[in-house]
Amino acid sequence: MKKTTAGDFLVYDKSSNSYRADPEQVVRDDVEKNYWKNVARTVVKDWRLYIMLIPMILVFLFWRYFPMYELLRCFKVSDQVKPVSEQFFSGFSYFKRLLFSGDSLSTEFWRALRNTFLLSFYGLVFGFPVPVILALFFNEIKSNILRSVYQVLTYLPKFISTVVMTSLVTMLVKQGSLTTNMGILSQALCGLGLISEEVANAGLLNNPGFFRAIYQISGIWETAGYDSIVFFAAIIAISPTSYEAAQIDGAGKMAQMKYVVLPSILSTLVIMLITRIGSLLTIGYEKVMLLYNANTFVTADVVSTLAYRVGTEAASSQGIASAAEMMSNVIGMLLVIGANSIARKASDVSLY
Amino acid sequence: MKRKLEISELIFKVVSYTLLTMFALCCLYPFIYVISASISGKAAVDYGQIVLFPKNIQFEAFARMFNDNMFWNAYSNTLFLTFYGTLWSLFVAILGAYALSKKRLLFRRFLNFFLVFTMWFSAGIMPQYLNYLDTKVVFNAVGIMDDKWLVVIAMGMAAMNIILLRNAFEGVPSDIEEAAIVDGASEFQVLSKVYIPMSKSTIATVALFFAISRWNGYFWARQMISNSNEHPLQVFIRLKLEEFTDPEAMAGWNQAYSSDSVIYALIVCSIVPILIIYPFIQKYFAKGVNVGGVKE
Repeated sequence: MKKTTAGDFLVYDKSSNSYRADPEQVVRDDVEKNYWKNVARTVVKDWRLYIMLIPMILVFLFWRYFPMYELLRCFKVSDQVKPVSEQFFSGFSYFKRLLFSGDSLSTEFWRALRNTFLLSFYGLVFGFPVPVILALFFNEIKSNILRSVYQVLTYLPKFISTVVMTSLVTMLVKQGSLTTNMGILSQALCGLGLISEEVANAGLLNNPGFFRAIYQISGIWETAGYDSIVFFAAIIAISPTSYEAAQIDGAGKMAQMKYVVLPSILSTLVIMLITRIGSLLTIGYEKVMLLYNANTFVTADVVSTLAYRVGTEAASSQGIASAAEMMSNVIGMLLVIGANSIARKASDVSLY
Repeated sequence: MKRKLEISELIFKVVSYTLLTMFALCCLYPFIYVISASISGKAAVDYGQIVLFPKNIQFEAFARMFNDNMFWNAYSNTLFLTFYGTLWSLFVAILGAYALSKKRLLFRRFLNFFLVFTMWFSAGIMPQYLNYLDTKVVFNAVGIMDDKWLVVIAMGMAAMNIILLRNAFEGVPSDIEEAAIVDGASEFQVLSKVYIPMSKSTIATVALFFAISRWNGYFWARQMISNSNEHPLQVFIRLKLEEFTDPEAMAGWNQAYSSDSVIYALIVCSIVPILIIYPFIQKYFAKGVNVGGVKE
């Protein structure tokens, strides 16, 4: 450890043959002593800049951070009247009950966690490659007009809202009755022999076995064209000379894909893939809510829909509902942060 | 050797054209089907005879929608929410992003974290619901009885959009700003005369994102707007769908057109305005993906 001497704070003044305070140290001391004063001075000088921040801070505080405070119910004994701050602390009892108790709510929670993960995971496995393949196909079309036509057609579903999209799905696979026939898509699947008439007539959305397929296929239908934009932008940036060089070297189509296209779009691919992995647990609840019903809870119920149902049923179960959300949110956050730091290491690009 | 190469490329070309055509038709077909079914006769729709073209054309399903005051009401509510919601979100986002883009701002790192954290961790649907309920109480106490304003002010803010704007503002050369300050421009003038005109396209993209999320907003509007006269279009469509696909409620249906046609007509009505403005907004849409996808 360095020995502190007078020379650290004082300087020797030859003219008066005495020590006096080091002027730099005086300034440093002054800055330290008057830190908040200086902050206030800067804020006053730049007050316009800080006024501009106010609406943003208020909006995020009130409607993003206050809900997080409400989430602390997961550690408190639920009480209809008292605010969160005055409720009694109950520790991790809700978490223990959800995770280990094995009662019906716990079973539902595990089911919901599994469904959340599976819905995103299948979305990743089946949904991720489709836009990449579409972008490769778009690249094959050399005529600009024809390509725009294809692109406009495939972007089209992205422009309808979730409600309209799910209404469309509901109508296309709706159940049949005595006076009306089943939806056109069910008819087509029936005609192809993929599903039995009995199943189709009962309505595919009432059958838990079909929920995941319907969810994924409608998701791909909706977003694949639009998601291909970013990959297509990466592919079209490849110089034609790279292809020519590969062709002269005797590369077939597959070899060109492997040695020219793939390396060029790899960083985009990695970023997109990691983002998707990061959001494995942050599944949109709106589409699930619009498509599921009591018959399909087995495969369709995700954590947020379960928490919403349980929490709005009775005020006494708000605590346990918050505990369910807390767990999935924390895992989700860890996934996002982890994915982002991997992305940063993998390609010198970060998302945030 | 040379010949074999051409074959592999040809095969890929044929495959890509075929699959692309199939996918494009899959994207287009539901729209055609919806239009056809909305103007077809009762028997044709109910017995599933519509495949591509309409049969026994009628326009009564559309007439029913157009004569429904609630439908026009819902449309005007959606326009209201989209217009004021986008304005409010843009106002908050532009001001905040401008301040955050300034290096001299104190606590800049903390404020950035304050934003980004909301992208990592959201409280979730249940606490958000309780929070909006409390907000509603506060708004009513202040005198804002209209739930529409709650939806406009409290919802639809996305940290990502603010970060997009901040990055665009950071890209504006500081020389221009200094020149404006030398000429005596105030902070607000620098923002409105230099920064906003110079990042017009990003602002347009962000405005589009805001507008789309407002136009599509369904769940919270349904939960929070208690007066059915104030429901936006998405909620209206969903409620109609729930009503019209309920076999018991539809048992006494004795119109000359199918009850399904009404739903299809409603879907058409909600899609058409978007299709009309689609060509104008498409380039901003495509740009937004590239901006939002990767940040160096």
